[in-house]
Amino acid sequence: MCEYLCATKKRAIAHKVLKFKLFITIFFIAVFAVPLISVAHGEEDHQHEHPAAQHQEPIAHHAPATDDGKFNAKKVILDHISDSHEWHFFSYPSSDGYKHAALPLPCIFYNSKNGFSFFLFNALHHGAVDGYSLNAEHKIGRTDGEGFYDLSITKNVFAMMLSSILLIWLFRTAAKGYTTRPNQAPTGLQNLMEVLVSFVRDEAAKPFLGKKTDKYLPYLLTVFFFIWINNMLGLLPGGANVTGNIAVTTTLALFTFILILTGSRKHYWMHILNPPGIPLGVKIILVPVEILGIITKPFALLIRLFANMTAGHLIVLSFLSMIFIFGQMSPIAGGGISIFSVAFSTFIYLLEMLVCALQAYIFTMLSAVFISEAIVEHTHSEEHH
Amino acid sequence: MELLKPELGLIIWTTIILLSLIFILTKFAWKPILKGLNDREKTIADTLNTAEKTKLEMAAMKSQHEALLNEARQERSLILKEAKDMKDAIIGEARDKAKSEGAKMIEEAKREIENQKMAAIIDVKNAAGNLVLEVSEKILRRELNNKDEQVKYINTLIEQSKLN
Repeated sequence: MCEYLCATKKRAIAHKVLKFKLFITIFFIAVFAVPLISVAHGEEDHQHEHPAAQHQEPIAHHAPATDDGKFNAKKVILDHISDSHEWHFFSYPSSDGYKHAALPLPCIFYNSKNGFSFFLFNALHHGAVDGYSLNAEHKIGRTDGEGFYDLSITKNVFAMMLSSILLIWLFRTAAKGYTTRPNQAPTGLQNLMEVLVSFVRDEAAKPFLGKKTDKYLPYLLTVFFFIWINNMLGLLPGGANVTGNIAVTTTLALFTFILILTGSRKHYWMHILNPPGIPLGVKIILVPVEILGIITKPFALLIRLFANMTAGHLIVLSFLSMIFIFGQMSPIAGGGISIFSVAFSTFIYLLEMLVCALQAYIFTMLSAVFISEAIVEHTHSEEHH
Repeated sequence: MELLKPELGLIIWTTIILLSLIFILTKFAWKPILKGLNDREKTIADTLNTAEKTKLEMAAMKSQHEALLNEARQERSLILKEAKDMKDAIIGEARDKAKSEGAKMIEEAKREIENQKMAAIIDVKNAAGNLVLEVSEKILRRELNNKDEQVKYINTLIEQSKLN
């Protein structure tokens, strides 16, 4: 009976993993193609950017996304998807160069000489503060060239705070329905959230964690909604690319990694260090692979989310940049290409909205799978050997 | 490439935000929501169980009801049978009584008839005696006149009496 149940459960998991693998394969091909091209492009650009850093010029009024008055797609795109110390909304031309409509964010730096420094980013436009200044690439550096720790509330941190407040508000409101009207049919926001919460519980957590679901469900729910809402908010024009930032996905994966390690039982380690029923010759090859697997599982989580979200932004921005690239050749070409660019970027944008939910689901489900592998007390696979 | 370099500051901030988000959401959202969901699921399951139980109870009551009805029906047929038997008995008794009564009456009538017959026979005997006397008287009177005639007469008389 148990064997039968285990077999069906395994088959269900295998089916899910298979579907997921297919999807990931397709996406990885698509996703890695874009950054790789971009990396290759970036390397050659770096070389002729170095001399530019030498001559100091007023940074505050640089034209947007241009070094020499020409449209630079790579810079525009990278500016859009990377973190920043200000929340930039738009730029507009004025009599003395370009002006920027941007929300300056608080900078927090630590340096062994100056200790902690707190100031708003726009203070740097008027010169160095506490030994920190902007360089030619619009980046913060120290005038004395020493190293420092950047603990600023950057655009991504600020966006995460906003989305966290939004999440807390959404779920506080939904949770109120359960206390004010217990055991009644859900209404409004509660109804919407309930569907999502029970989806995560029944589809991403329970099939893998079983009896241990309750212990890990708060984490899985938080991660699912945190990723999803940040994915969606990141798609908004001007939104921060939070989940497309490798530091954020690293932290998320670290959380799962810590849960895997803290929850892991003897059995998990035995399977890695001494896989049962495998000849010694194979063991010599397999054990190092399994040990590597401890790290690669969470690493795959962080890369997958980062690459998916970054790729989506890159593709949309690349399509839109084509308008300006062609527009510089001739306005007619720009106008003509804009039809296709807008159509394609709209298509990708809609696809990204699906990917937003899908990536949140995959991250949550795989976290549950990895945790369940570690916490299992006695395995069923032994019965098959 | 810069994109692939995780920033320490951002990792620290993400950790802080995630930890507080997990804490706050668990306390204020997940616990009440999951509890509410579980409670509701339990309530629905309980309600369904109760409904099922009630259904079974209803079925039991129905069968009980049916048994009662059957019993009543049986009793009714029993009573009817009894009544019929009684009726039959009464009718039979009445018929027997009537038969015996009739027989008695017939017996009486026969006896009466017998009596009457006997009386009639006696009457006839008396009448015959009288007739004989009368005839003898008449013969005796005629004998005095004519012998042949007398014989003839006797013969006619006999003839007449035969006709009678």
